[in-house]
Amino acid sequence: MINIKNLYKTYGNKDIETHVLQGIDLKVPEGEFLGIMGKSGAGKSTLMYQIGLLDHPTSGEIILNGVNTEKLSTEERTKLRLTELGYVFQDYALIPELTASENVIIPLLMQGKTIEEARDIVQETLSQVGLSHRAFNKPSQLSGGEQQRVSIARAIAHNPKILFADEPTANLDTVSGKSIIELFRDLNKKGQTIVMVTHEEEYAKYCDRIVSLEDGKIVRENIQKQK
Amino acid sequence: MQMKNKWMNVLRVGWFLALRQIKGSSRATTVLIVFIMMLTFLNLVVVSGILIGLIEGGNRANKEQYTGDVIITTLSGEEDIAHSHEIENTIRNMSDISDLSVRYLAPVQIEANYRTRRDFDVLPDTAGTQIVGISLADEDSLSGLSKFVVEGQFLDESESGYILIGANLLYRYSAGFGDFFASLEGVYPGDEVKVTVGENTKTFIVKGIMDTKVDQVSLRAFVTKADFWRLVDRTGLNANEFAMKIAPNSKITADEVKSNLVKAGFADDGKIQTDTEAIPDFLNQIRIAFGLLGNVIGMVGIVVASITIFIVIFINAVTRRKYIGIMKGIGISERAIEISYIFQSIFYASVGGLIGVFVVYAMLVPFFYAHPLDFPFSDGILVAPIADTMLKFFLLLFVTIIAGYIPARQIVKKNTLDSILGR
Repeated sequence: MINIKNLYKTYGNKDIETHVLQGIDLKVPEGEFLGIMGKSGAGKSTLMYQIGLLDHPTSGEIILNGVNTEKLSTEERTKLRLTELGYVFQDYALIPELTASENVIIPLLMQGKTIEEARDIVQETLSQVGLSHRAFNKPSQLSGGEQQRVSIARAIAHNPKILFADEPTANLDTVSGKSIIELFRDLNKKGQTIVMVTHEEEYAKYCDRIVSLEDGKIVRENIQKQK
Repeated sequence: MQMKNKWMNVLRVGWFLALRQIKGSSRATTVLIVFIMMLTFLNLVVVSGILIGLIEGGNRANKEQYTGDVIITTLSGEEDIAHSHEIENTIRNMSDISDLSVRYLAPVQIEANYRTRRDFDVLPDTAGTQIVGISLADEDSLSGLSKFVVEGQFLDESESGYILIGANLLYRYSAGFGDFFASLEGVYPGDEVKVTVGENTKTFIVKGIMDTKVDQVSLRAFVTKADFWRLVDRTGLNANEFAMKIAPNSKITADEVKSNLVKAGFADDGKIQTDTEAIPDFLNQIRIAFGLLGNVIGMVGIVVASITIFIVIFINAVTRRKYIGIMKGIGISERAIEISYIFQSIFYASVGGLIGVFVVYAMLVPFFYAHPLDFPFSDGILVAPIADTMLKFFLLLFVTIIAGYIPARQIVKKNTLDSILGR
């Protein structure tokens, strides 16, 4: 599903260069729940942004479902993000003037779904994340946990092949954080491939496999025994 | 087909986002922007409309009070219009003509205050003008001449020896024009004046003073047709002007009436002109110049409006840069996001413009028609032809679309991740 070869990412110019990713090789099979861990500045979010096509690596290859993404045009990358990838951000990243259901419906409309089809999907997805009663609330009227659930609903509504989550529990209290992780686990059980960046050990145990980064390199890989 | 669907999706999402953003934005800000758009539109339409209206108001008055829809005047170098009787009969038999005034003109010298003139070294109080002999009922029906009597009374066919004098022949009315007109002093209704045509002099009692902004009325003196022929010793009884008005319900145009008169062979006898042809060329030149001036002023307004929209959209897009990045991140196309801003610009411009259209046609045009601007040479109205107004409306729309697109494009094209992370 995901095949990363010799991936490098360097920021800055010739005078001051920061090598954030240094030769990452990683494969993620379909249906895996992968956790990426590491200290702050280790490069875990940067790695996720490269795999999630939100940024371009300095060198190396990212192959998603057999497609070398670096050979795609900007428009093709946007389309791939729309149809095959889903994102959950640390700060929820919801559009403030839209209601929960409107936040979820936008990518569906962009895909060309009719308004009726899209509404049905939104209703079903919000129900799946336990928020059907909050469909017409704006983000400012929702708790942090609820906002993250809306964010997840938006990310999964179009059945993406891969779901990316960048520290999805970082801004949440323990109870909300746990419920979000359990939601991810349930999705994964249904076959959803998930790549999650986290620095919280207690949530890492839900992953199938943990890769640990240090100074832009994978230093450890742990395959979990118990999900 | 796929391309069509893609654009449909882009438009649909753009519209969806624009609608929510407008709904979610501050009402006070929205009202202010719409207000600015309305003022810009009014500036575009009203300034040039008023400037043109100064000339147009004069033209309209000229038509209503002097030429009618078609006028036949004496050919240059001729004393009168030949075959006048035949022309009059022909016009009166034209079913589409509702009013006809036949005018008889002669150059005259009017002298006032001659009874009180004691010093013969002082020049007599005289003014040169044209005296016009008219059928009172016909002229009043065509031009409403009696409405312009500001002092005294209108003439009466049953009376003789009375004269109506145009206000600009009198000093107290024409003083504002400086020494432009040779004018008479202290002439009031009831006063006696001497009217001289060639060697022939007769006295008339001033029956009334007429004041309009049409020189052919306010710089002439009027008597009944009978008094005219008592005063003027001219061979033949030919007329000098035929002014005619087309019946209100008639579908014939002034050009067609003129064409019919030309076909009848009267072009050899008199100069046949429609009301628009009778407008002096310099007035048309002024009209064009005023129109250009109005458009230049309007363009300044357009620039101000486009800068306003640019700033509004730019600030909106900059403050929402993170969300623009997120939308791009989740796969919303750049075009859809840009179009959402274009739709917002269209909203501001079209709402402002439509309110402007309402203000122009429901308020300003009727107001200026009822209360024209009082200029020395005309009663200024607001001229706003619908085609011209629509053109300006779409011009405003086009400019604001561009002004909205540029800042949106600037922000949308920024790196997606940088936008999301606020870098």
